[in-house]
Amino acid sequence: MTGAAVTAPTPPPPPRPSQGLQAARLPPRELFGTALQGLRTRKLRAALSALGIAIGIGAMVAVVGVSASSQAQLLAEIDALGTNLLTVTPGQTLSGNNEVLPTSSVPMIGGMPHVNRDAAVYQVSNASVLRSPFVPAQQTGGIGVDAAGENLPQVMGVAMASGHFLDAVSTRYPEVVLGAQAASILQIQTVGGHVEVYLGNTWFNVVGILKPALLDSTLDTTVFISLRVAERLFHVTPNPTEIYARANVNDVTSVANLLPQTADPQNASGVDVSRPSDALEARAAAKGQFTTLLLGLGAVALLVGAIGIANIMVISVLERRGEIGLRRALGATRRHISLQFLCESALLAALGSLVGLGLGAGATEVYSVARNEPFVVPLYALVAAPASGLIIGALAGLYPAGKAARLSPTEALRV
Amino acid sequence: MTLALDAVVKEYPGGVTALRGVSVDVPAGDQVAVVGPSGSGKTTLLTILGTLERPSRGEVRVAGVDVMGASDRRLAGLRAHEIGFVFQSFHLQEWMTALDNVATGMLYTGARARDRREAARVALERVGLGHRLAHRPGQLSGGERQRVAIARALAKRPMIMLADEPTGNLDSTSGAEIVALLHDLASEGATLVLITHDHGIAATFERRIQMRDGEIVADERR
Repeated sequence: MTGAAVTAPTPPPPPRPSQGLQAARLPPRELFGTALQGLRTRKLRAALSALGIAIGIGAMVAVVGVSASSQAQLLAEIDALGTNLLTVTPGQTLSGNNEVLPTSSVPMIGGMPHVNRDAAVYQVSNASVLRSPFVPAQQTGGIGVDAAGENLPQVMGVAMASGHFLDAVSTRYPEVVLGAQAASILQIQTVGGHVEVYLGNTWFNVVGILKPALLDSTLDTTVFISLRVAERLFHVTPNPTEIYARANVNDVTSVANLLPQTADPQNASGVDVSRPSDALEARAAAKGQFTTLLLGLGAVALLVGAIGIANIMVISVLERRGEIGLRRALGATRRHISLQFLCESALLAALGSLVGLGLGAGATEVYSVARNEPFVVPLYALVAAPASGLIIGALAGLYPAGKAARLSPTEALRV
Repeated sequence: MTLALDAVVKEYPGGVTALRGVSVDVPAGDQVAVVGPSGSGKTTLLTILGTLERPSRGEVRVAGVDVMGASDRRLAGLRAHEIGFVFQSFHLQEWMTALDNVATGMLYTGARARDRREAARVALERVGLGHRLAHRPGQLSGGERQRVAIARALAKRPMIMLADEPTGNLDSTSGAEIVALLHDLASEGATLVLITHDHGIAATFERRIQMRDGEIVADERR
């Protein structure tokens, strides 16, 4: 800039000859810049009107995220438990009486190909479990007494809350293991010290307490003794009431089809086979569907937000008549004007929905940390939130944009 | 003819007739002052010359384009490239610097942002505001603001400059300077039509058109 002070300002080149046919043009980048500028000069108003969209999108993302997180948690639990567990139970006869599984069914199932492990539970008839003999025998609290093999926790994927499960010692001495619910009914938290329960007519030493069994909650309200002790004390040879079998993951269906015949070749129709993980998966799927109502509420918030944006844009058009007239005088077509307002409106809603996405993801994060669940926001939400914002904003901007385009361009001259 | 009006009538809804059969030709390079009392149709004449409005009847040709038959796009293109407006109340965007205000004047020509800013800088230097590029309108005096507005009209180098009472909001010294600047710029080849109340300003023009009640009552050349 050395010579600037002494030299006269450079005169502009003379007017060029008219080409006459040149069109008015507004490249997309300039359109975007103009719209962005329109928002930047009215920051508070833009923020407040985008807030409605942000809340709507935020609510919807949070609903979807929270349910996806709980679902992921449940599916992870199911995965950990395995989906290859099959349960064999006696069915009912046509006349409604309970069938009985033969005692031979346990070794038969254990010997099947593709069955890795199995465990059986035998119901010990009408014994009651009490803290002391002075409690009336009717007050059992719904606790059942079953006999079980040593490997039941491994097959069912149930850990011990306290102590250990039945072992070799338990086949000779009166020892008992409590299901999670049974322990809480009996008000026994740990096996520490010397805890006994009065079962039948005998004191049993409590050696272990199970954690809740997710795959079969009937185990929770049951106490377990060894088959040997059951036979000796109650003078019965119980029939199996549940046989649990872990099949090879790829052969679950074929094993399930063969189980009835294997369990009771004489009366295969009296045998029921179920897959407990099916019920859990149905529950997981249901978790994803209970959210429809909440999503509807989010959609209402979104609608209110869209109306707010339309409202603000209409006011904006009225206030900016001078600017619109000026732009028309500078060579903007009606289309340029309507695109500018449409673009502002869409941009406003898109920014709002991005903020909403952040809010929703944040709420999901807080929830999942508090519940110790995995943090999941479905991928489609990341795309759908800003996209729906753009669409909603464009729709909300249609009317104000049309109004702006129809304004008389002479407004700028009249002021 | 750069501007040619033939028997132009402009009626507004509600029965107001702003122009009652105006015919006028303005050849390229003419500098014309339009004088007349309020409500005589001066501003309507200017909006029709500037293709912002179409007449109710009559013929209008601007830079060779038949305004009555042209599309909105065509007329917008004409305004973007060939017509520069200067308004009484400046119509600058308050949040933009002088440079950006002038550069926005070329927004709809489709020129690149960098070229627009360069043309804006040259135009602002030309109107003597080379030292005010980064100032906002609120930081400028009235005369300086009108200079920015003139630079905005000038930056795209239009064939036609239309000014509606450009000195109406200025004191007489600043007003005289603005009119001298417009004469100076137009003498480089543009056609200038200027509306004014001020007979002193009109006297500086070679050609003066006098209007009353929507009609031209005198068209004199010095």
